Amino acid sequence: MSAMTLRPDLSIISDWIQPGSRVLDLGCGDGTLLAQLRETKEVSGYGIEYDIDNINACIQHGINVIHRNLDKGLAEFGNDSFDYVIMSQTIQAMHYPDRVLVEMLRVGRDCVVTFPNAGHWAARLHLALKGRMPQSKALPHEWYNTPNLHLCSVVDFESLCHQLGIVIVSRTMVDYRYNQNILLRALPNLLGEIAIYHIRKK
Amino acid sequence: MKNRYENSVGLVQPQTCTFKEPIHLVCGRQLNEYQLVYETYGSLNENRSNAILVCHALSSDHHAAGYHHEDDSKPGWWEVYIGPGKPLDTDRFYIVCANNLGGCSGSTGPTSINPETGNAYGPNFPIVTVADWVSSQKNLMEVLGISQWAAVVGGSLGGMQALQWSIDFPELLRHAIVIASAPKLSAQNIAFNEVARQAIKSDPHFHDGYYYDYHSLPQGGLSLARMLGHITYLSDDAMGSKFGRALKANGYHYGYDVEFEVESYLRYQGSRFANQFDANSYLLMTKALDYFDPAKDYGDDLAAALAQTLCRFFVLSFTSDWRFSPKRSHEIVNALLTHNKPVSYVEISAHHGHDAFLMRIPEYITVLTTYMQQVAKECQL
Repeated sequence: MSAMTLRPDLSIISDWIQPGSRVLDLGCGDGTLLAQLRETKEVSGYGIEYDIDNINACIQHGINVIHRNLDKGLAEFGNDSFDYVIMSQTIQAMHYPDRVLVEMLRVGRDCVVTFPNAGHWAARLHLALKGRMPQSKALPHEWYNTPNLHLCSVVDFESLCHQLGIVIVSRTMVDYRYNQNILLRALPNLLGEIAIYHIRKK
Repeated sequence: MKNRYENSVGLVQPQTCTFKEPIHLVCGRQLNEYQLVYETYGSLNENRSNAILVCHALSSDHHAAGYHHEDDSKPGWWEVYIGPGKPLDTDRFYIVCANNLGGCSGSTGPTSINPETGNAYGPNFPIVTVADWVSSQKNLMEVLGISQWAAVVGGSLGGMQALQWSIDFPELLRHAIVIASAPKLSAQNIAFNEVARQAIKSDPHFHDGYYYDYHSLPQGGLSLARMLGHITYLSDDAMGSKFGRALKANGYHYGYDVEFEVESYLRYQGSRFANQFDANSYLLMTKALDYFDPAKDYGDDLAAALAQTLCRFFVLSFTSDWRFSPKRSHEIVNALLTHNKPVSYVEISAHHGHDAFLMRIPEYITVLTTYMQQVAKECQL
């Protein structure tokens, strides 16, 4: 596995991680990010995953993976036990995203959160013109089968961070192919399809 | 008959190793000499890096895979998981399984002759603990010329041995695979064991454990103990789907004879077991379970007990296991997380109850195979 083949959002996240850190990846999927971080930055840590096929893939990657439902919290992890807690494309599928954020910041010094931006112009148009729940490349599901229980826009997310006293260290917006460009930086909530945040507690 | 040897280690022969050096037991007593009966499957590679120790549970033994005789009706107890191309692949690994000290399948135990008296030890056989088993297994390891296990693997009481190995001899194993186990028994677990022991001890044929002298066997008591144990190995669902309220004959007889299939099944399991297991051994095994508590020496802090471990851990549990529920595995996993120990954990969806660890469950086979392939890679096979 080389850095060249890493999904662009994971590659952005990877750039933010200091070498030798301890990382907890919530909803770690097949363990690609952790495997990459282990190879390029010598990080250690764990992935948490619920899907058994993904868990099997993690084991294949030699990743420490814990089978657990994230909605049950992170009680088993002590305060500040990780340098980074990462949650990529998972927070919108949580029952209580606000509690998850608080838990992440209790367990980790720094956190990285990525999610599909419901404020993207196409999502707005979809609802405004068609009168139907938004669907796009970043949000491919129907309303009745989507795993996404709590979609939010960039503005929504930042307002929650403000409310919870969370510091936004940096924000990167990408399109559904996870590419960045200058327009996304200018109008993040309108043009960005996927938001990537580096946050920290005050 | 040939077909059943496909994907099996086939015909196997137990071996016996006698140790002349005394073993000092946790209870303060010692055995001046003892023997362990064991089986091995596969072959040890040149750099001796592919050895796996399989530890058995309460009532099983060293016969984990294959057949002893052409006409054996059943293979070893973990046939589904040990063999060529199976999760514990005998084409890659050299697998060792020994009958625990105090057992009744050939290793020194209550039925063995005490060289000092010339009679069977019976109830005077010292109580052995999980830690004693581990130290006797280490002695066997030396005899076999193995300097480090690629993995120590076990389900239930076997998982406790794997855990104990990681604590007692951190540098002697690379992986501990702990399946359907617990870091210590709960009050409920101990209570079930006590009922089992009372069933045996109150059998008039028990004679305070000296039944060999009376040429009698407390089979009724042992059978009851097994029936009770068996209920705790199965889930309500598993029993429901296997027996439901099915009757042996048509209609109720309004009497006290066996009427429901489940009654008949339990009685059969009980009496079959009572014919092949020794009651004193059974008492001893249940005590070894009760006493197991590696955190005790570390201020009841399991994380502290596991702090000096060096191996990687793979912990598995089964959703319907209520004897050692997934929660009990979480205790192990959480303790390992405290000190950043390398651990992976999987909870397998299965309706079989505690016995799931012995069953053919596709999800379980898949993850264990994947994990063992990683173990194999490190052996430079």
